[in-house]
Amino acid sequence: MMTELTRRSFLKQGSLVIAAAVFSGHVKLFNASPAAAATARAFKPHAFLEIAADDTITVWVGQTNLGQGTHTGIPMIIADELDAAWDKVRVKMALAAEPFKDPVWHVQVTGGSTSIRHRWDMLRKVGAAARRMLVEAAAENWGLPAGECGTKDGRVLHPKGRSLTYGQLSEAAGKRSVPENPTLKDPKNYTIIGTSRQRLDIPDRVMGKTVYGMDFSVPGMCVAVVARPPRYGASFQSYDEKAAMAVKGVIKVVPLDGGIAVCADTTYAAMRGRDALGVTWSKGSHPDLDDATVDAVFADHLEKDGAVARASGDVDTAMAGAARTIERSYKLPYLSHAQVEPLNCTAHVEKERCRVWSPTQGQTFTQNTASRLTGLPAEKVEVVTLPAGGGFGLRAEQDSVVYSVVLSKALNRPVKVINSREDDFANDCFRPASQCRIKGGLDKDGRVVAYAHKVAAPSVMSRLMPEAVQGGVDPDAVSGIRDIVYSIPNLLVNYVMVNLPIPVGWWRSVGYSVNVFTIESFMDELAHAAGKDPVQFRLDHMEQESRAYKVLSFLAEKAGWGSPVPDGRGRGVAVASCFESFAAHMAEVSVGERGEITVHKVVCAVDCGTPIYPDAIRAQAEAGVVMGLSVAFHERVRFENGGVKTANYNEYRVLTMSEVPDIEVHIMERILKPGGIGEPVLPSVAPAVANAIFKATGVRLRELPFQRELLVPGGRDQASATAGG
Amino acid sequence: MIEFKVNGMNRQVDVDQGIPLLWVLRDTLGFTSVKYACGISECGLCTVLIDGQARRSCAVTVEDVQGREITTIEGLPENHPVKVAWIQKQVPQCGYCQPGIMLQTVDFLSREPNPSEARINHVLDNVICRCGSHPRIKQAIRAAAAMTAHKGG
Repeated sequence: MMTELTRRSFLKQGSLVIAAAVFSGHVKLFNASPAAAATARAFKPHAFLEIAADDTITVWVGQTNLGQGTHTGIPMIIADELDAAWDKVRVKMALAAEPFKDPVWHVQVTGGSTSIRHRWDMLRKVGAAARRMLVEAAAENWGLPAGECGTKDGRVLHPKGRSLTYGQLSEAAGKRSVPENPTLKDPKNYTIIGTSRQRLDIPDRVMGKTVYGMDFSVPGMCVAVVARPPRYGASFQSYDEKAAMAVKGVIKVVPLDGGIAVCADTTYAAMRGRDALGVTWSKGSHPDLDDATVDAVFADHLEKDGAVARASGDVDTAMAGAARTIERSYKLPYLSHAQVEPLNCTAHVEKERCRVWSPTQGQTFTQNTASRLTGLPAEKVEVVTLPAGGGFGLRAEQDSVVYSVVLSKALNRPVKVINSREDDFANDCFRPASQCRIKGGLDKDGRVVAYAHKVAAPSVMSRLMPEAVQGGVDPDAVSGIRDIVYSIPNLLVNYVMVNLPIPVGWWRSVGYSVNVFTIESFMDELAHAAGKDPVQFRLDHMEQESRAYKVLSFLAEKAGWGSPVPDGRGRGVAVASCFESFAAHMAEVSVGERGEITVHKVVCAVDCGTPIYPDAIRAQAEAGVVMGLSVAFHERVRFENGGVKTANYNEYRVLTMSEVPDIEVHIMERILKPGGIGEPVLPSVAPAVANAIFKATGVRLRELPFQRELLVPGGRDQASATAGG
Repeated sequence: MIEFKVNGMNRQVDVDQGIPLLWVLRDTLGFTSVKYACGISECGLCTVLIDGQARRSCAVTVEDVQGREITTIEGLPENHPVKVAWIQKQVPQCGYCQPGIMLQTVDFLSREPNPSEARINHVLDNVICRCGSHPRIKQAIRAAAAMTAHKGG
């Protein structure tokens, strides 16, 4: 089902092809049908939609398929505006190409929950334009004004009951020009948007037919693994090439910038060859780096003033005049992506072209990387995006692209570079760790009059998009705080950039995954101090009828907030807004005598604008709860001797089946521009659980992952004694 | 030369005896539905059935399967209750973990055709799905069990 786009598809007679071409930065829809004027094809537009004579409708998607549902959601939008018969719709993965770049960000990238929210207008226009052309073709055929013809289920309807299928009309429609501003449907007439279709890519996945990057092969290909420094800043001093070459199946050992590659006939031979290298490494730049030193660096930075990320009102005066102030500190660890399919990339560099097959989340980055390394222009670099076994942001990184292109050049054959699981952990670009201090001032009525939040954290954007860092402020590091969902008259946000050799990168929901935990924990502490109900306290600090207000109210209603809580249990809530969507969670927990935490139930409420594909929204929301609990209970990358200590899943637990609670998802019915979904459903999970634990036990957990020992009577002293030693 | 069956077909491979079955299935025989993710028997994604029993192919050497019968996900018929249930409940997200988890489920249901929630949680507690499809895996196991019971009855 997922095959690449080829220009041959344009040559099929009797098809209507709506393509897109880029003119001075603007995506323009284009008629690329065989029947269209020959000049049209000279622009080499890339197809978005093709309607073939046999009624088959093909939609090309430029977004990486990570199983998030956009490879069904995007076709659903086009098909609805087209009035297509859904069972005729197929989806294909597009190559890296200008028209598939994000219309807002101008790069082809799958991240920031943008796939649909940045393409909503464009996708609807594609479907509506094709529909218009088909109607005009039918009207001409029947000698009627177009306005008298309707459409339904892949047919144009004659007012007297006759009809023609889109396939029958495709050739005639292919001769028409593409309307620039076709009329879009009234949302009340949607027949596909808002319904839950079977995801188009699921049968192949269940049958074991999906070819992920790790599974990909081309004739003549060899497999390579790269020995990389076990410590930051280390370089190799010696290695035994002969021993590696003596391993059956090893073809070549290639020293690279920053590592040594072993290329072999098979994956196993490459891995054994690498073991045989017996590399000795230098001490590296930070040989003393370990968990304790890293922790101390953050703590030191938290004492600095940092850059002002937002200042409104007068926090100092308001704090001084407050009836009561509270100050709390919170701590979060580095997290690994831990996506199940290790990073990999296959490349074949030839004289006139370079082909790259990769489960990349950043097609444009991949194309540019290969172009830079080969000296070929970008249009000579063909990037085929393969289905990805998870990504969560990591697949925007280009290391495996670099290695595979360099090695293909060196060996003059296709090379697949793969990471082992240990490589993935050791070389991950982690979700930044963070320490913060928040101070709040309450007036005599229990209203927050002042809020000061200082974050010490590494900067993702300094490496990935340095131009986004202005005045010492990385916008990702303070996301959620700067754009806090509460109306607080006096607000101060400070950011202290932590510079360590540990690379950090995009990780599901980025800065929100950190800051929503601390904000929503602190808001709960304030509510408690003010003697207010946690939901009412939050609502009291939101603009009435704002979307955050509504989603929290909706959650409270659906979760039965205020109804009796079973004995021994506590309930907590948290709310967040990011990526143009709004989510809130309610967790119900109990805590056993030995500090064991049981999450009985999590209720999620989400407002992501018009819900396009409710079952995919639901799946993402369920997954957000699972990942959020995983982060709350288990996840933490450890460091020692100047490098990453965590090596495999046995040292990086993720949530497993017995820990997954009942999950309820409630989606608000909205008619608004769609927001993101993959990321917005994550950040408010962990704080909802921490807040529920407080209700159940009176103990406030201010560090992730949760330290269970704090929940055992006397555990607080024990824990601080341990931390001191 | 080591001989065994994969999905009912005889296979002969000329490889070192100590190579993990995982790599022989993937690289030598092309059964790429058998996934590599950890290599230390921790995640369950490389699970295959050996004479009907779920085994992690990264922890089994190829010589261990001499003369035995291996089933990968392709070896289950398309209308197998586990496959049908996995589609019906729309289980996979990225789907990379699912073949291994489905095969472990096949073995599980063959021994316990009508498992309780607690047994599902216990038996499937040793597999990793990073996308978080767990709630749907649980539903699909129950649906597959119901289908099997219906057919059997």
